[in-house]
Amino acid sequence: MIDTGNTAWVLTATALVLFMTLPGLGLFYAGLVQTKNVLSALMQCIAIACLASVLWFVLAYSLAFSGGSAWLGGLDRALLAGMTRASVWSTGSIPESVFFMFQMTFAIITPALIVGAYVERIKFAAVLLFSGLWLLVVYAPVAHWVWGGGWLAQMGVLDFAGGIVVHVTAGVSAIVIAWMLGARRGFPSEIKPPHAPWMVMVGASMLWVGWFGFNAGSALAAGADAGMAMLVTHLSAATASLTWMAIEWIRFRRPSLVGLVTGTIAGLATVTPASGYIGPIGGITLGLASGFVCYWGVVLVKRLIRVDDALDVLAVHGFGGALGTLLTALLAADFMTGIGLARSVGEQFWVQAVGVVSVAIWSALATFVLVKITQILVGLRVADEHELVGLDQSQHGESGYNP
Amino acid sequence: MKYLIAIIQPHRLDAVRDALNEIGIMGMTVSEVRGYGRQKGHTEVYRGAEYKVSYLPKVKIEVGLEDHRLDAAVGAITSSARSGKIGDGKIFVLDLVSAQRIRTGETDAEAL
Repeated sequence: MIDTGNTAWVLTATALVLFMTLPGLGLFYAGLVQTKNVLSALMQCIAIACLASVLWFVLAYSLAFSGGSAWLGGLDRALLAGMTRASVWSTGSIPESVFFMFQMTFAIITPALIVGAYVERIKFAAVLLFSGLWLLVVYAPVAHWVWGGGWLAQMGVLDFAGGIVVHVTAGVSAIVIAWMLGARRGFPSEIKPPHAPWMVMVGASMLWVGWFGFNAGSALAAGADAGMAMLVTHLSAATASLTWMAIEWIRFRRPSLVGLVTGTIAGLATVTPASGYIGPIGGITLGLASGFVCYWGVVLVKRLIRVDDALDVLAVHGFGGALGTLLTALLAADFMTGIGLARSVGEQFWVQAVGVVSVAIWSALATFVLVKITQILVGLRVADEHELVGLDQSQHGESGYNP
Repeated sequence: MKYLIAIIQPHRLDAVRDALNEIGIMGMTVSEVRGYGRQKGHTEVYRGAEYKVSYLPKVKIEVGLEDHRLDAAVGAITSSARSGKIGDGKIFVLDLVSAQRIRTGETDAEAL
């Protein structure tokens, strides 16, 4: 029996999550790159959104959510075969069309998150080919493992809105493609600063608002779970923002806007897997933890690993998603204001760790192979001359700022 | 006649304009430019990483004037643009060969 309240909320949440990518994530990334690459960052985000939408309809939705084995969904819903206007999703209260659309917006933002790793030097054809393959080979199977009744779901892994499915997959794949693609010219000492920090803040703010749809929408119902998910999401984001700001204030004597809003995104990514299971104390705890872990993660990746994950996708999303997934085992406990778990904290922690590590390994291996395939078929990197001129002109024939 | 080019800190522009107006210089051309001298740029910190910014924003003022006003103009600019810190800018003076007001056809001193 379709519940109109639940359906109305998930319809709304779907719009909010699409808004996270278009234009939220686009602006967040576009502000961080140089003037000559602003359009390419926006173009990559919106083109991936379109491509992922079509692939979701053709195949990926079916591979993620239509029965199948513990490893991969079936082909029953390829091209949405058999789905009608009257089809109801298995929770019983929303139409399948709404569930399909809601999940599609997650399938859009996840490959778009990886854009942050390869901006300013990748061929546009490589973006499209890699993102399309990645959606089918990494995203759809992992979504099936965790949300579609696959082996991690059967183990009882807790990932409410995509700490594993979205942020670990994107973060790990980001560092692999950044490493294979090579650093931007001049990395690390001669890289130019963000061309429009104000745009980064506007994009981050849109992501923050959209994230209410992402996390509270994942309840798939307009009720108490959605309400608490929204509350903890907001507390985590605010606390992480202040934490990141404080660290910079102490280290560099000035609190920066780009730093604060990076903390916002870290706090949001970290609370994502936990958001349906924890209470207010959990939200604050995750905010604090993510501010520290993701800040030092950025420093670690840039200084020690020295891979040019240009906009810090691994440190902010990968580390954040993994941190939140692991801490869910503790913070979901009733003594931490969570919902309470059937298992002990230790047992649940083990399951969470298996989820994070196995998905990280799959993401890394599959991305390695997909990048190789992409390299052979269309090439990865633009010519030096094109990188110097900027991707806006060399790849798209447009300029971001015309006098 | 002289042609005076002053490179100054952008936030000093209004003070320099007022100082030049006070000594009777009522026209100037202003452009936003970037560059560096002994200051050699600066660093900015984003997400814990330092970025070198080699070319800093400056304002370039250009004024054509009669020889006898040169010292007053240079004095007005230095006194209004100086903070004493590195990066205050420079003044260059060139000989000016001719000048003409496009609207009236007046030339040289009358055109300034």
